[in-house]
Amino acid sequence: MLRGLWKLTWLEVKIFVREPLGLFGTIGLPVLVYFGLGRLIGPRMGRVPPDVPRFVSVDLPIFSSILIATSAVLSLVAIIAIYREGGILRRLRATPLRPHTILTAHVTVKLMFTAVTMIAMVLAGRRYFPVPASVPLLSFTVALLFSTLSILSLGFLVASVVPTARFAQPIGTLVLYPMLGLSGLFVPLESLPPLLRGVARALPLTYAVSLLRGIWRGEGWFAHIGDVAILTLMFFALMTAAAKVFRWE
Amino acid sequence: MALQPVIHVDAIRKAYGRTVAVDGVSFGVQAGEIFGLIGPNGAGKTTTMECVEGLRTADRGTISVLGLNPIREVYALQERIGVQLQAAQLQKRIKVREAVGLWASLYRKPVDGDRLIDQLGLSDKRNAWFMTLSGGQKQRLFIALALINDPEVVFLDELTTGLDPQARRAIWDLVRGIRQRGKTVFLTTHLMEEAERLCDRVAIIDHGRIIDIGSPAELVRRHCPERSVIVVTEDSAAADRFRAIPQVESVSSQGLAFTIRGRGDDLVTHVIHCLAEHRIRVTDFRTELPTLEDVFLRLTGHQIRD
Repeated sequence: MLRGLWKLTWLEVKIFVREPLGLFGTIGLPVLVYFGLGRLIGPRMGRVPPDVPRFVSVDLPIFSSILIATSAVLSLVAIIAIYREGGILRRLRATPLRPHTILTAHVTVKLMFTAVTMIAMVLAGRRYFPVPASVPLLSFTVALLFSTLSILSLGFLVASVVPTARFAQPIGTLVLYPMLGLSGLFVPLESLPPLLRGVARALPLTYAVSLLRGIWRGEGWFAHIGDVAILTLMFFALMTAAAKVFRWE
Repeated sequence: MALQPVIHVDAIRKAYGRTVAVDGVSFGVQAGEIFGLIGPNGAGKTTTMECVEGLRTADRGTISVLGLNPIREVYALQERIGVQLQAAQLQKRIKVREAVGLWASLYRKPVDGDRLIDQLGLSDKRNAWFMTLSGGQKQRLFIALALINDPEVVFLDELTTGLDPQARRAIWDLVRGIRQRGKTVFLTTHLMEEAERLCDRVAIIDHGRIIDIGSPAELVRRHCPERSVIVVTEDSAAADRFRAIPQVESVSSQGLAFTIRGRGDDLVTHVIHCLAEHRIRVTDFRTELPTLEDVFLRLTGHQIRD
């Protein structure tokens, strides 16, 4: 079923690394920005007193995580569009490779690079944004994986229908960034107008933020079983829809 | 052994919206031959080929390839055919060796990838990125990928489009080599010279319909039986002598060059006899045979490059 998956995944990693600018943009730039910001505001904050605003102590890490996941999804949308436009997908289609193998390979590559970026950021920013000992890092990583997958599936749906590469980036941005605004990260869900609240409830990011926040605070998985269930459900629904409308050329 | 068609296409039709791309196309491809689908761009060549490969579904009609249905049994079929697509690309920074290795990992019984790279003359490009290859090298790589699973039938869609004449000739030799290995080749081209030099049989397609099928020589004889002989001589009586030859329809002259037109295979023999009999001294002698290009023009009323 998944013949060629490992080989294709490894190849895509190598191909990605061969493009220095892309590699720098994915890993180097976020780490640098994070580090730079840390130097700017870190010393002023001192040793992170217990009464720092919620946005800095809890939501900043969540915000950065989701931002990186989102940019991974955007680049995935772009890659699929470029592969489609260049006829690469067409050529792959005429082999025993199945579409889900190609997609799985690209998701794996993106997840790997997202993980590398996150780890690099945590290490580079250690001095300025120390992760509190109370945060269950492993659980948080798993929660982040869940969240990334559900955002990825939305990205796929976009990638499956966007006709050209030049159109992919703006459409992806148009879908993903407003979603960020409605996710509850900046404005609490309760204070949104009813219509927007309804839209927010239909988007995966809202549940991802709720899950990530809870896990970061140490609330445990059981308290967020609803978020996990909805994220899983959305993932499968979106992937099924994407597979249905997927276009090779 | 009775010749069993490897590809059998019966009355297929394919429309995109209101545009009918292929309309009632039927033909058969025999084992071990190079069969060409020839016609201008937009005639329905690629659509027909992609229906046969199982990449598109025909609206009507039946197709069988190696006894398989290309839609229902596409996975079984893909193990046994090799495909080169028109205007396909690979990842810009994939190496030749990596592409061949990836393809080899996709099939049950791949051939030795390194040997294939050597055979296609890509040995010194083994570690080159796809984006750095020339047009001819890219096409050779695509042929390698089409041959990696040791297929019984190889599909080549507009293989030499955009290549310079030298690269084109090299590719033709490779295609003849594929036939020598006992494989069947099904190709499309809009280059009549390519079809004439490479194909055992061709089907002429225009506006989604097949106009005629046969070997290039057969088609020329059937549709353009006229021959021309051009003789350059200073003999002033020559024109009348030529007009007296049986089968000659017209004689025209331009300076010292006479163009003798007629039909039938014996025309050239008759002209040579006439020259010998009347001891006509000639400084040049050549024949002009109609080509597939002329056949196409006669059958469709338009040039293939329109």
